[in-house]
Amino acid sequence: MLIPRAPSPDWEEPAVKKFINDPADVVAEALAGLAAAHPELRVDAAEQYIARADAPRSGKVALVSGGGSGHEPLHGGFVGPGMLDAACPGEIFTSPVPDQILAATKAVDGGAGVVHIVKNYTGDVMNFQLAAEMAADENVAVETVLVDDDVAVEDSTWTAGRRGTGATLLVEKIAGARAEEGGKLAEVAAIGREVNTNSASFAYALTAVTTPAAGRPGFDLPDDEIEAGVGIHGEPGRRREKLRPANDLVAAALDAILEAKPLTASDEVIVLVNGLGGTPLIELYLVYGTLAKLLEARGITIARRLVGNYVTSLDMAGLSITLTKATDEFLRLWDAPVSTPGLRWGA
Amino acid sequence: MEVDLAIAWLRAAADSVAASAGELTRLDAAIGDGDHGVNMNRGFTAVIAALDAGTFDSVGDVFVKAGTTLISKVGGASGPLYGSAFRALGKALPAGPSVTVPELAAGLRAGLDAVRKLGGAEPGDATLVDAYQPAVDAFKGDDLAAAAEEAARAAEEGARATAGLRARKGRASYLGERSVGHQDPGATSTALIFRALTAITAK
Repeated sequence: MLIPRAPSPDWEEPAVKKFINDPADVVAEALAGLAAAHPELRVDAAEQYIARADAPRSGKVALVSGGGSGHEPLHGGFVGPGMLDAACPGEIFTSPVPDQILAATKAVDGGAGVVHIVKNYTGDVMNFQLAAEMAADENVAVETVLVDDDVAVEDSTWTAGRRGTGATLLVEKIAGARAEEGGKLAEVAAIGREVNTNSASFAYALTAVTTPAAGRPGFDLPDDEIEAGVGIHGEPGRRREKLRPANDLVAAALDAILEAKPLTASDEVIVLVNGLGGTPLIELYLVYGTLAKLLEARGITIARRLVGNYVTSLDMAGLSITLTKATDEFLRLWDAPVSTPGLRWGA
Repeated sequence: MEVDLAIAWLRAAADSVAASAGELTRLDAAIGDGDHGVNMNRGFTAVIAALDAGTFDSVGDVFVKAGTTLISKVGGASGPLYGSAFRALGKALPAGPSVTVPELAAGLRAGLDAVRKLGGAEPGDATLVDAYQPAVDAFKGDDLAAAAEEAARAAEEGARATAGLRARKGRASYLGERSVGHQDPGATSTALIFRALTAITAK
């Protein structure tokens, strides 16, 4: 028998089932699991960072990223040759602390400087800024690349600015390849910033996200509604709207992206269709197919593409679309070998 | 204020944050990501552990220790903001086992300046500044209990008033107009911290 949901205002979502022990231990236990699964990585449980086992590499610019946990494989899953030298996972959806970032920065500095790749969230920016100041005190040169590709947020004095989302993967891959081939600190940072400038993303949530500590969905999304322009922590975006056919949603996302970062016929792009954690791959491919047709109709060439769960939001059902206007240099570096738990080719 | 009283304040603040963690998290879930209570509780628990482990000859050192611990343990925006506030407060106080109420008032203002410099928030942006600023403005005179009471009232009023504001900083700002109607969790925890001071100074 179906029991109708009580419409009372104090009705609470039922607890969401998760494979956890104590919510407070999730990050540490997941780190231990990552370490056990990937002996090619060095996981420092005390300082809470993940590094390449062969770090520091003398003379190589090192890349350090980090952010709240819950976005796996970002960032820890992107540590390895051709991408990040270290990643600092914070608590779930909470930026890492400066001590942690400083420890990772010093651990991988090979004397050529360190690039911090930071998603544009108030907490991440502050903690990385404090860590960069502390690193400067210890004579480690740090350049910061801020990622703010999410066009759902208006970049104005009314907000904390655009959020860093899917383009983070492209920045880490392309800047990582530049560092691996011997790029200098300023060069690696410059190409990372160029990737960010050339990127735009837009996301939808079909369901709310449930953090282990809360145990229940973090916001209330009616069964027939979606959140357009959602962020990777479940924070709202542009508007609530009724669920529509995928073709309509993809077209609207593409419009939002192109409005912010116009592309013209004959442009080449790298496309990321990214699942937020709770959406099956079959739907991501359906969306990619729609997107490919829409881009083709505009004369825009998809030079490279990636479809899968890369920048996630725990168990949120939803996806993000990222378009990066490609240059020959981007494509060359994109194709360069990479060997990480989350991204691996050519190696 | 003496060293013991400074420690007692932080202990009372930690108790209050622990007792209100659920409420802070609920407020944060409405407009942010729902972890403010958990993060603040983790930070203040660590502050108490750090204070228990040390001995302090100077009031300022107590607050510097608290601030450094918060920066190291909280993460997010709250860690650097609250951590910088307490560090700036501690550094602004003259060294010694006791400080006057006017010296404490000046220290609290230095903390506010540090928060505003780091976060860039103005009054009216629906952040902890909207509780902190009126509290500092109200913290006057030579009587600690009276100054603390006025500051706590002003902080609580300021925190409640954030419900009528559109958030312009932090994650709540992504909501735009939809943030109106929600009390800011950071302003709420700031009010808790000022209220905690009255708990130990009330006569």
